[in-house]
Amino acid sequence: MKRHLNTLFVTLEGSYLRKDGAAVEIRHEGETKLRVPLHNLEGIACFGWDIGASAALLAACAEAGVALSFHTPHGKFLAATRGFTSGNIHLRREQYRRADDEPSSVAIAANMLAAKLANSRQVIMRAARDHGGKSPERAAALGQAADLIAVRIGLLGRATTLDSLRGIEGDAASIYFAAFPHLLVNHDPAVGISGRSRRPPLDPVNALLSFLYTLLMHDCRGALESCGLDPQCGFLHRDRPGRPSLALDLMEEFRAFLADRVALTLINRQQITSSDFHTGESGAVLLKEDSRKQVLVAWQERKQDEISHPFLDERVTVGMLPHLQARLLARHLRGDLDAYPAFLAK
Amino acid sequence: MYPEDQLIPISALQHWLYCPRQCALIHVERVWVENRFTAEGRVMHARAHDGPDESRQGVRITRGLPVRSLRLGLSGECDVVEFHAGGRILPVEYKRGKPKAHRADEVQLCAQALCLEEMRGATISGGCLYYGERRRRTEIAFDEELRELAATTAAAVHGCFADGITPSAEYEARRCDACSLLDLCQPRSLRFRRGAAAWFNQRLRTSLSEEP
Repeated sequence: MKRHLNTLFVTLEGSYLRKDGAAVEIRHEGETKLRVPLHNLEGIACFGWDIGASAALLAACAEAGVALSFHTPHGKFLAATRGFTSGNIHLRREQYRRADDEPSSVAIAANMLAAKLANSRQVIMRAARDHGGKSPERAAALGQAADLIAVRIGLLGRATTLDSLRGIEGDAASIYFAAFPHLLVNHDPAVGISGRSRRPPLDPVNALLSFLYTLLMHDCRGALESCGLDPQCGFLHRDRPGRPSLALDLMEEFRAFLADRVALTLINRQQITSSDFHTGESGAVLLKEDSRKQVLVAWQERKQDEISHPFLDERVTVGMLPHLQARLLARHLRGDLDAYPAFLAK
Repeated sequence: MYPEDQLIPISALQHWLYCPRQCALIHVERVWVENRFTAEGRVMHARAHDGPDESRQGVRITRGLPVRSLRLGLSGECDVVEFHAGGRILPVEYKRGKPKAHRADEVQLCAQALCLEEMRGATISGGCLYYGERRRRTEIAFDEELRELAATTAAAVHGCFADGITPSAEYEARRCDACSLLDLCQPRSLRFRRGAAAWFNQRLRTSLSEEP
């Protein structure tokens, strides 16, 4: 658990993954491309329409707790394999009981959202400190957004229904994404953003964010599964067949700290430019296949960064955060902790 | 008398005496993490169970013998049981380390003997713990005190299983740092047991007090 393990990303169309002893072997057109021991992996994420895996590998992954998932080339989640339901029924029953009880759900969701908003505010303030000096206009816009978000965080604490939480969160999200262009500096001017668009992303930044959120979702879902929580039963996100609502809940506190910061770094350092995207007939913008690899590398590197966990007071890798928070959530559901201490970045 | 479907594993007694929370994590929350110690123990047990039954010099040696007690509500496996010609029955349990200050290993062995007694209608006066680090046997007498401890431990574990509640943890370096479940257990986080809410609100206020 202490070790932060790597996720193996497979993006090569036509790959076939098979079990070779205690390793996963990637075959492509009759050749072995790679062999990795399973115990070195935390997950395997495949991105492509034509990537397959043997039943023996699926079983070995399920047994070893390696999350194996399949996605479209652009990262949309398609399917994941798992073994028999693990974890224990007492925990899941308690999860369902709390999810059915609005005050309990509000208490958990409010902390998750407070952390989400506080962490987005931190990203904004960091940019204001780093780049605000050069442009008073930028500094003013970022300062105002930070203040507006702070007010929303105060409102969350007084909300008594999930709908009011969702309203406050939606409001704060539009403030945040309205300020997002001010977070982009020295970048390719053709890489821009106007508000948040998801289905489909309508500009390069949204395309990049969507891809990173998919990676984050994969990690959150795996973290929940591995501590026996049901990723489909959320507190904030409503049940919908096939939707991993609790994984979406858990993601909230990490969006800005993990995904948005990776996106900003890639864009601001011009590691990703407009040539990395293509625009479809409908106006949908997608990350090119070759460019995805670069994002995956940046994502994996970000997960190796070490921080001090605010609540546990231990050095941990950023990649461990979803796992640690999933366990803290389970601890709260079991009654070990009187509240869910969502992740608040410094 | 416990029905068969409520028998608990004998190993749970040992876990309970080491740490009730560890016992509940493994058997109630159903989590498991392997570390060097547990892997070595597993390999050693596999070896102890290996090999066919044998007879020599009036002793029949059985490996991996399944046993249960309906009175105590236990079931498990004995690593090795020696059946001596004179009627003496001697259970032997293999442990990777060395004798410990707590009585968890003795209770586990005694519980196996209590199961054997119930199934065979026999009396078993003692058994042996074989410690890998010392490479020799330590003889254990099943006196009244040890039998009583095995029975009360079994009752306590049954209570915990029935409630489905994991006992709280206090961090204790010597015990916790050797435990493979340390990261799952997060004993240090429980210092905020009744104060996670206060902690979160305080931290949130600090975060908000930072000016742009």
